Amino acid sequence: MQSHLKTGLFVAVAWAMPVLAPAQELTPAALAARAKARDVPEIAYESVPNLLKFPVNLYLGEGIGVATNSKGHIFVYTRSQRTRMFEFDQAGNYVREIGEGLYGFVFAHAVRVDAQDNIWAVDEGANMVIKFNPEGRVVMTLGRRPEPVDAVAAAPPAGPAANPGKYVFDRPTDVGWDPAGNIFVSDGYGNSRVVKYDKNGRFLATVGSKGSEPGQFNLPHSLAVDAKGNVYVGDRSNRRIQVFDDDLKFKAVYDNVGAPWEVCVSPGPHQYLYSSNSFPDGNDSTLATVTGEVYKMELDGAIVGKFGKAGKQLGEFSGMHEIDCRNPNELFISEIQLWRVQKIILHPTGK
Amino acid sequence: MRKHCFVALALLCGSLLSAQVPEIPFDSAANLLKLPANLHLGEAAGVATDSKGNILVYTRTGEDGTMGGSRFFTHGGSRLFEFDSTGKYLREIGVGIYGFLFAQSVRVDAQDNIWTVDRGADVVIKFDSAGRFLMTLGRKPESVDPAGRAGGRGGRGVPGQGVAGDNFNRPTDIAWDAAGNIFVSDAYTNARIVKLDKAGKFIKTWGSKGAGPGQFDMPNSIAVDAQGNVYVADLGNKRIQVFDNDGNFKSQVAEVGAPWAICISPGAHQYLYSSNSNPPDSMDNGEIYKLELNGKVLGKLGTAGKLPKEFGTVNELDCRNPNVLFAGELTNWRMQKLTLHP
Repeated sequence: MQSHLKTGLFVAVAWAMPVLAPAQELTPAALAARAKARDVPEIAYESVPNLLKFPVNLYLGEGIGVATNSKGHIFVYTRSQRTRMFEFDQAGNYVREIGEGLYGFVFAHAVRVDAQDNIWAVDEGANMVIKFNPEGRVVMTLGRRPEPVDAVAAAPPAGPAANPGKYVFDRPTDVGWDPAGNIFVSDGYGNSRVVKYDKNGRFLATVGSKGSEPGQFNLPHSLAVDAKGNVYVGDRSNRRIQVFDDDLKFKAVYDNVGAPWEVCVSPGPHQYLYSSNSFPDGNDSTLATVTGEVYKMELDGAIVGKFGKAGKQLGEFSGMHEIDCRNPNELFISEIQLWRVQKIILHPTGK
Repeated sequence: MRKHCFVALALLCGSLLSAQVPEIPFDSAANLLKLPANLHLGEAAGVATDSKGNILVYTRTGEDGTMGGSRFFTHGGSRLFEFDSTGKYLREIGVGIYGFLFAQSVRVDAQDNIWTVDRGADVVIKFDSAGRFLMTLGRKPESVDPAGRAGGRGGRGVPGQGVAGDNFNRPTDIAWDAAGNIFVSDAYTNARIVKLDKAGKFIKTWGSKGAGPGQFDMPNSIAVDAQGNVYVADLGNKRIQVFDNDGNFKSQVAEVGAPWAICISPGAHQYLYSSNSNPPDSMDNGEIYKLELNGKVLGKLGTAGKLPKEFGTVNELDCRNPNVLFAGELTNWRMQKLTLHP
């Protein structure tokens, strides 16, 4: 089923045989986790070994966020003793730490780099989105870290707020931008909405509440924006991608690619949408047979192909959490359960 | 205008009237402070200047905790940095000190002593101008438990019941009269003012939670004029209350929104500044008012936002020079130097 090249590269070639077990052998949980799409072509790929070179005594924790900038530098946002962010060059050499000891680094969720190479961290523990300039200095914050001292006495009743504030988040998950620089934040585990701000952080619009109707969310876990300003939201627990226009008006739903833990839209004249049906962290191991794959799609939802499966080997994925697709055939993928970042090179058919 | 303000229109007319307050032109240096690489401000809760023009910033940087047996001990959480007047980084004061947990304000007295007020540790700390520790007021609770009670002696008691004497429960600010008597706004739970002599000995306290004269709802800031009158920013009641030196109510100012931070400039003609800061979950308001000590509004400047000359929940103002304000912001994690052109 797989080819192992002993030349230093692990290559997972297109499956020669169906990898999915017959439906009747799957547990109910595995049946629910399996993507609806069938007969999807496999995309050949390889994973580059030993990507990140860490200094001695520096470790990744849960590899929660990964992103690249225009120079190819790699930013990793990780859960450590305290949440930390590291920068590596194109070759994976360690460059520096960003935001050391930062007030807003509590529990990492995502990192993205915008068109001007600003670095944005989304922290679900601090309830903040933090913008760093390319030099690594904080230039803007969205949301606010709850005051620890007051949190206990003033704690609201459990459950999401009925009317969440314009400028506070409840465990936000991701950030994206349209070509004008407007900011979109998926918010998140608590609030079930997407919020739009102008480039200076002023509130413009919001969409969503908890539910499964169009325009509702059940854990908006990731988002990406295309060149026309359409917003693709990974509505994870509803197991669908929802598409909105730039004003957050509902447009479409793609519900055949499993639970979209992570979505990413590549740049360039022909944009692709990637979505990860990740192996759920800490869950039933039988789900490993039907999750862990990434779908490559046209922006209209047509599936081009898929690659990957759950597992701990190089080229397999243990709770894929973020994808960088600045180059549509060179993806950077971070994982929760296995504390690493992989660089995945795709070999689309015919190339 | 005013005669058309019938009851139903009172709110609208109120906002129209406030819009008639003259705007004071001003410039901002929003990136004045030059921090070393990998040193960052968090919420810039406190800012003050000393007589040399040096700038002190007391900022929230994130606490840690240690489990000790069944008790949870918090430590770290805030840091105090000093810069020169050009923004060059000079040093950190109080590295690792026991009472820095959740920064609320920093003030410099007439002798250039530096005082920090910590809302998490319930402690006021006095440093000399060289940064050496001199005195504490209040005591840090020994530990915190997840149900919100403070464990062990010291600091706050049961939430909502306040504490007596010179222990504090989430204090917010400090000021001195000409004789060196100390006034502390002891705010979130106790809703009172505590007066101590210059040696830190308790003299008296006044105030309780409420909306009547002499009552408070989150007294978030305090200032004392040259005559010893005490100005209290009664944030939740949207008014500044004025007391004499013994705590007798004199008057109130209710036309400047919710005062988060107040400041009185020194010199022969003293001015009162008050920030109607935007709450952290909104971008409403945000303007800073300039007033005479008698409450007459002279002008205002700024609005809420994230750009330079905009404010993200100003939590402290320094007005040693009445035309050069230093504003510490919570949500924008920065300090702005504002030069007014009245």
